[in-house]
Amino acid sequence: MSNKKLQDLTTQVRRDILRMVHKVNSGHPGGSLGCTEFLVVLYLNIMNRTNDFNMDGVNEDLFFLSNGHISPVFYSVLARSGYFPVEELNTFRLLDSRLQGHPTTHEGLPGVRIASGSLGQGLSVALGAAESKKLNNDNSLIYTLHGDGELQEGQNWEAIMYASAKNIDNLIATIDLNGKQIDGATDDVLAMGSIKEKFEAFDWTVIEIENGNDISSIIDGMALAKDATGKGKPVCVLLKTMMGNGVDFMMHTHAWHGKAPNDDQLEIALNQNPETLGDY
Amino acid sequence: MKTYTYTEKKDTRSGFGAGLAELGRTNPNVVALCADLIGSLKMNQFIDENPERFFQIGIAEANMMGIAAGLTIGGKIPFTGTFANFSTGRVYDQIRQSIAYSDKNVKICASHAGLTLGEDGATHQILEDIGLMKMLPGMVVINTCDYNQTKAATIAIADYNGPVYLRFGRPAVPVFMPEDQEFKIGKAIKLTQGSDVTIVATGHLVWEALEAAKLLHTKGVSAEVLNIHTIKPLDDQAILESVSKTGCIVTAEEHNFLGGLGESVARVLALNKPTPQEFVATNDTFGESGTPTQLMEKYGLNSDAITKKVIKVISRK
Repeated sequence: MSNKKLQDLTTQVRRDILRMVHKVNSGHPGGSLGCTEFLVVLYLNIMNRTNDFNMDGVNEDLFFLSNGHISPVFYSVLARSGYFPVEELNTFRLLDSRLQGHPTTHEGLPGVRIASGSLGQGLSVALGAAESKKLNNDNSLIYTLHGDGELQEGQNWEAIMYASAKNIDNLIATIDLNGKQIDGATDDVLAMGSIKEKFEAFDWTVIEIENGNDISSIIDGMALAKDATGKGKPVCVLLKTMMGNGVDFMMHTHAWHGKAPNDDQLEIALNQNPETLGDY
Repeated sequence: MKTYTYTEKKDTRSGFGAGLAELGRTNPNVVALCADLIGSLKMNQFIDENPERFFQIGIAEANMMGIAAGLTIGGKIPFTGTFANFSTGRVYDQIRQSIAYSDKNVKICASHAGLTLGEDGATHQILEDIGLMKMLPGMVVINTCDYNQTKAATIAIADYNGPVYLRFGRPAVPVFMPEDQEFKIGKAIKLTQGSDVTIVATGHLVWEALEAAKLLHTKGVSAEVLNIHTIKPLDDQAILESVSKTGCIVTAEEHNFLGGLGESVARVLALNKPTPQEFVATNDTFGESGTPTQLMEKYGLNSDAITKKVIKVISRK
């Protein structure tokens, strides 16, 4: 897909996110907007996958979202990638919806392979899927996404230790380095020091994407990450993003982590992201 | 009265090891995971025969539960092995979100459950695990009574599609169930016919219930003993049929009365047929160090304790 098309899709996904959380006056727009370019590029440009959803996903690349609260961007990208009708985005967080507040397999939504929301569990699950692919002689890859604040959960470090010890080299774990969490800057809440040095100390290959909201940078960085697989080491992508990207008043703050815009704010935000592929 | 005898004592965890080894030979999708307790869980034979299907996770139970969930994606049937407290309380949220809520086909196999773990004391003697696991929607909860039943259950759960908690223990206990038994999840086994009292027992307490029934028989009390290996789903029908005949019931388990088998039975009775019930279980307490026999006596979990509760419950009819 051309960069222009990817950019158009990104703008449309942004509109989806804003409209979804506005409608139900809840949800997490900040992290969703920050990861929009990444997930669009991952699903439309990087992953080898089919739209016929099958839980086992043999012979296709799989993605696991560990920071499940950014479900708006996940749902929008899944729908716009063809897993389910985009009109269903209208049901986000409503009673009887397959689009629960946090992603789940329980309602049978195509594209979701694990529930997430309680943080820190996604990497372990991804490791199991990676081991399963190795047992099945399936050479496709496992991709994951994690928040940086999420790394404060201890289970991650069990998984990070396991991945290098057991040479899980068919996995690319991406960390959304937006430097923010609910209570403020990660450095203020619980400073983690250099995440790069920590992953390197655990013997991972680390690729940095300095502008994680730039489509070309993501494409180039993920190509490097893909090249680094199959060499005996797990691969980590440090994706530096701007929380709330694409909506000026949602950027440079953690205030929009879990807050929906009101009617006026929605109008301003949508004006900054004009419709491209058509609203749902 | 039908009586049961045994020629040898074996640990139930060895039954798990034997069942797992058999699955290794018969079901190529079965994989095993362990958190640094291979010897205690008796997983050696499976590992020797299927090294590529075994995952040593290290002392990282949360990671083990997540990896097990992930292995199901691609068609594997993971069996996790560690002590009961590390299999449940330590990793409750991992099981809840990544396994139970995610509908993953993981078999959580838990050894050293209850007081009979013995000398290691209360840090390792979980008496709350049945309650924790039965509260999870969709989770099957099984507590086996001897080597043969544990082996049969281990093999049977591989054919069931969904999350299962399989609970067994550390000490050598009488082997009295048949080697060739068919294990049906959720189906109680009537061990003795009786007319005065129903004794519903699970795990190590099944043998104690049979011993109690033998003693009661000499006193002219006819006890019907049900081996309830599956606590969830519970065999409501077998319980109701039995109490229709006996009019009273004693439940027996190596677990806290809060959240255990006894409470599940009480619910069935309250909804269908209110019946006097007595509980043989620990009384909202932690355990302590001691030999298994000493502990089961001190905490009232042996045949003597069952006999006393039977006499009491009959007096309440």
